[in-house]
This record gives sequence, C-alpha cells and structure tokens, in this order.
Amino acid sequence: MTRPRRERVPAALGMLAGLGAAFFILPLAGLLARAPWGDALTALSAPETLEALRLSLVASLTATAVSLLLGVPLAWVYARVEFPGRNLLRALTTLPMVLPPVVGGIALLLAFGRRGLLGMLLERGFGITLPFTTAGVVMAETFVSMPFLVLTVEAGLRSLDSRYEEAARTLGAGRWTVLGRVTLPLIAPSLFAGAVLSWARALGEFGATITFAGNFPGRTQTMPLAVYLLLESRPEASFILSLVLLAVSLAVLVGLRDRWLGSP
Amino acid sequence: MSLAAEVGLQLGRLRLDVSLAAGGAEVVALLGPNGAGKTTFLRALAGLVPLDAGRVELDGVTFEDPVRRVFVPTERRPIGVVFQDYLLFPHLSVLDNVAFGLRSRGTGRKTADGRARDWLERLDLAAYATARPDSLSGGQRQRVALARALATDPRLLLLDEPLAALDASTRAEVRRDLKRHLASFEGIRLLVTHDPLEAIALADRLVVLESGTVTQSGTPAEVTARPRSQYVADLVGVNLFRGAAAGGVLSLAGGGLLAVADAAAGDVFAVVHPRAVAVHRQRPEGSPRNVWRGRAEGVELAGDRARVRVSGEISLVAEVTPAAVAELALAAGGEVWISVKATEVAVYPA
Repeated sequence: MTRPRRERVPAALGMLAGLGAAFFILPLAGLLARAPWGDALTALSAPETLEALRLSLVASLTATAVSLLLGVPLAWVYARVEFPGRNLLRALTTLPMVLPPVVGGIALLLAFGRRGLLGMLLERGFGITLPFTTAGVVMAETFVSMPFLVLTVEAGLRSLDSRYEEAARTLGAGRWTVLGRVTLPLIAPSLFAGAVLSWARALGEFGATITFAGNFPGRTQTMPLAVYLLLESRPEASFILSLVLLAVSLAVLVGLRDRWLGSP
Repeated sequence: MSLAAEVGLQLGRLRLDVSLAAGGAEVVALLGPNGAGKTTFLRALAGLVPLDAGRVELDGVTFEDPVRRVFVPTERRPIGVVFQDYLLFPHLSVLDNVAFGLRSRGTGRKTADGRARDWLERLDLAAYATARPDSLSGGQRQRVALARALATDPRLLLLDEPLAALDASTRAEVRRDLKRHLASFEGIRLLVTHDPLEAIALADRLVVLESGTVTQSGTPAEVTARPRSQYVADLVGVNLFRGAAAGGVLSLAGGGLLAVADAAAGDVFAVVHPRAVAVHRQRPEGSPRNVWRGRAEGVELAGDRARVRVSGEISLVAEVTPAAVAELALAAGGEVWISVKATEVAVYPA
C-alpha cells in the first residue's frame, strides 16, 4: 500500500492562500470579539428588533413559497420543453443572480411603481400599490432569490431518469399524479436545496428591498435594513443582529453541506 | 382476447415496420439482436412512442391509428409493463410500488393496499412489504416489478428483457418462476429478449426481429429447425445457405453448387449441421457428392467438440472432435478437403 505523498506547498503560494483565508476569517472574528455579549438579550428583545426579525421571517418565507409556486413550473418548462428562445429566456430569468440588487430594485420600480408599466394599471384598475409595502418586500426578495431555486430544480429534473415517469404512466397515472407522486418526490433533494438557498438569499436581501420597498419600520424594514441603520444610532445592537444573520447563514451552509456543496 | 398491431415508425436511424397479432393462449417472444427495435416496438404498444403509420388494436378497441387520428394515451391503456431494469420507484416501499397502479386508477387506499398485499403473497414477497426496492435482490425486484404490472389486471402484459438485469446464478431459477407466473396470467403476454434460451424457455411462439422487420416467426421448434436468417442460423449454430434448386442441385447465392437429396425447386434455404461436415487432409474417396477444397481458418472449442471455420468456394463451419483437430493439425490452418453428404443438406422453400 502506498500513501499519497503530502504535497510540498511552495512558500509564496502558501502565503497567498493564508491571506485569502484570513480575509474571510478576520471580519468574522472581529464581529465575535466586538459583540457586546452582555447587552445581547436587551438588544434582541427590543421591539424594533423583534419587529424587523418578524418581518424578515414572514417576507423571506413568503418569497420562498412564491418561488416554489412559480419557480418549479418554470424549471420544469426549462428542463422538459424545447422552444425557440429557451436559452435566452433562461438567461433573462437568471439575470438577478448577477445583477446589482439596486438595479433590480429600480427595474421593479419602473415596472410595478406607481408610474410603472404595470403599476399604473394596478393602481388605477384595482387600487393596488406595491412599492413601499410589505408585498413590495416580498416581490423584491422573490426577484433576487427565485433564480437560485429555478436553476437548482432544473438541474435536478435534468438528472432525473424520465423512464420512472413513463413507468408511472403505464400504471395508469395521469400527468398530475406522475408529477406529485413520482417526479417531485424523486427530485426532493434538489427542491429542498433550491428552497433553502433561495430562502437564505431572500433573508439577506438589502439593495432591491430598500430601493423598491423603502425602509419603514414594521412594514418594510427587514433585518439587513435594520442592521445598516442601527450602525449609525446604536452600533452594539447592529453587531448583535449581524451575529443572528451570521448564525442563520452558517446553519444553512452546514445543513446543505451534503446535499449541495458536496462535502469531500 | 386479441392484439393486432401494425407498427410503422422512424426513430433516429431505426425504421420499424412490424405487424404482429397475438392471442391469449400463447406467450409470444420477440427475439432479435440489440438495436433491432424490440424495445421500441414494446414502447409503441404502450403508447410511449407515437406511430407514424399503422394501427394498434386490443380486443377490437383501437388504441392508436394515426390515419383516423386515434390515440389513447399510455395511462388509459389496460397494459402492464415490466421494464428491463424494473424501474421500481426508489422512494416508495414495495407495497406502495405494487399498489401504485390501483391508486393511480382511483382505487381507495385500503382496497389498493389489500390487493397489493395479495399480489405480494402470491409472489412470495409478503415479508418485504415495507422494504425499499434497493434493499432487495435482483430476483425479488423482478417479482415486485411483475406484481406491480399485474396488480391492475392488465389485458396486455409487456416484458422488456425480464431477465437481463440478473446475474447468471439466479437467472435459471427466476426464469422458472417467471414461466409459472406467466402461465397463470390470463391476458396477452409479449416479451422481448435478445437471449434465445430465454425466448425458447418462456415462449410458445417466437417472432424474430432484425433491423426493424420480422424475419421469421413460429414455434421455437419451427424457428430453430428452419432458420430464415443468418442471425437465427448463428443462434442455432448451423450453416445456412440460400440459392436456387433445380434437379437435385442447388446453385448458391454466394457461389458454388451443392448436391441435395431433396426434389425441391426454386428459391430455397438449405441448412447443413456442422456435425455433418467432414474434414480431410486428402481428397476423400467414396460416395459423398459434395467435395471441395478450403482453408481451415480457426478452431474454437465448444464443450467436447471443436468448431473449425473453413473458407473456400463454399465457406462453412465444421464440427469435429478435438482428437481430429490434433490428428489433422487443423489448429495450424492450411488446406483441407470438405465433404458433405447430399442427404445431410436440409432444404426448404425461402
């Protein structure tokens, strides 16, 4: 038996790699070191914190639900239906992943704002105003997070052996039975990973939210917005809230390790 | 009970043009080499591949007829399919797999589970009801697939290479069980295989499919006694020739003349068993009327016999004893004389 020899690390390469790692670890360490642990409970139980936390959870979970409802069918169409312009459409719906979120917020304003293409119709026809409301927060978060779900679920559908679906059809299962009892259960890992990724993205959303929905405590002020604003007035409280968001992100990463990140 | 299928379709480079009728009294095996279109034919019957032309009819009800624009979707055809690698649903228990068809067709959970249990009982699977398919052996999985296909009481049972996924040690036993279960099923049974042994063991009638068309059909005895293609001749292990017969002499399509004892005339097939081919180093004396020169090209041992490939005016395979191989130094190749008695050439119309 031969053991793989340990690679000798060239000094320069090792130093750069160490710098790279430190770049990530130092800020985290700073956050942990400077957090006012004594005031943690007070800061967390402050009404405006709880309000921001509640709003963040409600909005991000709603955004995830909307992403599932609209994103799974979209992923199915991308994976199963050949039509001209499919790649272009996929690129357009993936754009928010790389678009600066503020730009996304402005785009949303131009479409759904009070003078926007659709916003004007909505307001005049139905008296519905979307910007600067909680619904606007959900829209902004859905806009930036749904692509994560669509791409993950599409990949899951593509790697699914479609003969299972054929087997179900020979057993008398119609379209919806096949989807509900065979297709979706078989891609459950991708659905789960996609939903968690998009939820985490929604939870951390800042730019599109503040642009499209503004920053009204109790209505549109989510955790990331609260963190940013508290930094001016009560920095300690913003450190604590940052830690809460950090803990959530870490939990997501650890939870998805096997399913998504492919632990070695 | 009757199936009448005329399947015409083009799939990639495969052009399938098959006409097949089957009743409930017999098990029909579609036998052919890989890529002949066997699985595609089965998928067409199931409605998983649309026909370009033709018609599929079961008990007088049309499933598909492109000209009349009739197409009954797969889920509404009364069929059961056992797929090559079974395709048991990995996320469902064995019981749920077997109950799947009934549940999909609207049977209540309790009734469906009860009937699924009966099927598991019948196939000696009762102990595995709650198990996941991936914890079962190959033979057990095959029985679950069979139970799942039969649980909906289909009128047409299609089996795609039902034994191919099994290893050789369990295959014989599973084949025996499968034959028993097929015998107790009261519908039309059609299986597809590339394994002649499997086809002969399980089926009452063989339909040989090559490159998308049927080249021969009949009982296993008929097919093996009178091969009509090189593929079947190779499966059976005989030399097959085709030619024009007249006055006791056969002019072969590939060149050469064969004297035959038969009075047949016209376009015929002729079969010579390798055992009936004699190999000599010297020109043989005596009565055989078919004598020609050839070259021994290669020797293969098959059990206690040796098969020698001889090329010449008429190329064929001869079967001799290993002792003869040594005696005639056939392994080294070289020139030999071949003789075949006219009475050993079986002739039948093409």
